Amino acid sequence: MSIEVVINGRTRQLQSDPTTPLLYVLRNELQLNGAKFGCGMGQCGACTVILDGQAVFSCVTPLAALRGRSVRTVESLGTASAPGALQAAFIKHQAAQCGYCIAGMIMRGQALLEKIAHPSDEQIRAHMEPSLCRCGTHTRIIAAIREVAHNKAGAA
Amino acid sequence: MRNKLIVASGAAVLMLGGLYAWTREAAIAPLQMVPAPGGQDSHRDGARIVALGDCMVCHTAQGGAPYAGGLALKTPFGTIYATNITPDPTTGIGNWPLEAFQRALRRGVSRDGHLLYPAFPYVHYTRMSDNDIALAYGFLMSRTPVQSIPPANDLMFPLNFRPLLAFWNLLNLTSGQSAVPADTGQIARGRYLVDTLGHCASCHSGLDPIGGERKPAFGGGTVDGWHAPALTTLTHGNAPWTEAELATYLRTGLSLSHGAAKGPMQAITEHLAETNEVDTKAMARYLMTIQTQPATTTSIAAPPVSRGDGAALFAASCAGCHGAPAPMMRLAQRPSLARSSAVLGADPSNFILTVLHGVDGARMPPYAAVLSDGQVASLAAYVRSDLAAQPSWSGVSETTAHLRQEAPQ
Repeated sequence: MSIEVVINGRTRQLQSDPTTPLLYVLRNELQLNGAKFGCGMGQCGACTVILDGQAVFSCVTPLAALRGRSVRTVESLGTASAPGALQAAFIKHQAAQCGYCIAGMIMRGQALLEKIAHPSDEQIRAHMEPSLCRCGTHTRIIAAIREVAHNKAGAA
Repeated sequence: MRNKLIVASGAAVLMLGGLYAWTREAAIAPLQMVPAPGGQDSHRDGARIVALGDCMVCHTAQGGAPYAGGLALKTPFGTIYATNITPDPTTGIGNWPLEAFQRALRRGVSRDGHLLYPAFPYVHYTRMSDNDIALAYGFLMSRTPVQSIPPANDLMFPLNFRPLLAFWNLLNLTSGQSAVPADTGQIARGRYLVDTLGHCASCHSGLDPIGGERKPAFGGGTVDGWHAPALTTLTHGNAPWTEAELATYLRTGLSLSHGAAKGPMQAITEHLAETNEVDTKAMARYLMTIQTQPATTTSIAAPPVSRGDGAALFAASCAGCHGAPAPMMRLAQRPSLARSSAVLGADPSNFILTVLHGVDGARMPPYAAVLSDGQVASLAAYVRSDLAAQPSWSGVSETTAHLRQEAPQ
């Protein structure tokens, strides 16, 4: 019995057991390896994806909860040769050091920018708080998100 | 005829004037300068009194300066914003003499004479000892002054008319004595800490229709959507509290037999952690003396609720921490959800709010964006029936929908 979920805009029939956390479905069944396993307990944010417009920890998101819902991963934002706006800003600001948290950071930042087009620094900090970076590149991560927010302001 | 009219209108004016005077007390002259701070010892004792009185929990906004007020207190009558109690002379209590501070605690009157709303628990503080009031005053006056005016209260008519509080006080305020109770044993100390300083009944009694505390006290209430459990039935049910467990919980916010403090209680236990252990032990001792006899329960078979995907949702979302083999259970010895107060309670609100918003401090992640109202209900049905062997809660899906609005993160 499969479960129908929209992944990055495509409707997929997923075969994994309903008790499987979304992270394992993405990485093992769909080979979408952007989201990372960090803690497996919703504490670090490395596995963050966007579910129906909101950032969630995919490691504690049950496949059983996802019937008919829409999931987006970092792979939906762009490719290595044609990165999306936020990905390009992360590259420009060299916001990654080891990079393990970055897919989650980008998806959490993306969820914020889709909800609030021009977030204040305070809003960025509050929103990004659940995602941890052990290397300490937070100021660069904030700079990258801020740049996209400001560019959007210029375009508007 | 005309004379009678003059006398009658004169009497009416006198009555109205008298009524106004009765509802407003005299202003107390402001201090010209902030009093010199007391010594280190008195500050340490004052800090302890302020922690036991939970002043900071309400008088500090989220992310705001300590004691500068601005926290929104939602009441059934509208929103009240906590005042600034830093020693700022213009926006705080910097120009309040001790006499004014004492009157505020004893009778709910501001320095300038206007009546304070009873969200400020003066009906409890009224029985504080003179010495404790002076210590709290000395400590607060030694804090960093912050210039900050809280947002205007948003209360329904006619409650935004403060003089009406005089009538409320007539019904609800029994002005306290200035002395410590003659009996100074551990139970009396505990009663003083629970009833007077800690004002536990403010949340754990619930409110009557005019916002007074329900009597008899401690029958349980609701705060920001959270259920504040009855304190008179702690020894009932499947997971009865012991005095030692209660003392540990009050001081650490965690009971290895009943779970962690959540919602408004979490901040309270964080402040109680700063107090003397002897005080939390006294509180636990006193609370044990107010337990009622368990009624002989006639179990009513609730209609079984479909648990749908509950088991699968639990396996993916919860078992990583709450499953028996999880490190949190095996190594950190956290209690099984089968013993959790939030699961065993008759009211599902605390379970639902914990699932939706998690527990602060990255202890438990929020599931509001992950689970639908119906999925929270399936999860609740599974946890209640399969883990805790309790009859199902009813209306969990509807309550979840309601609580999503009630207490946004």
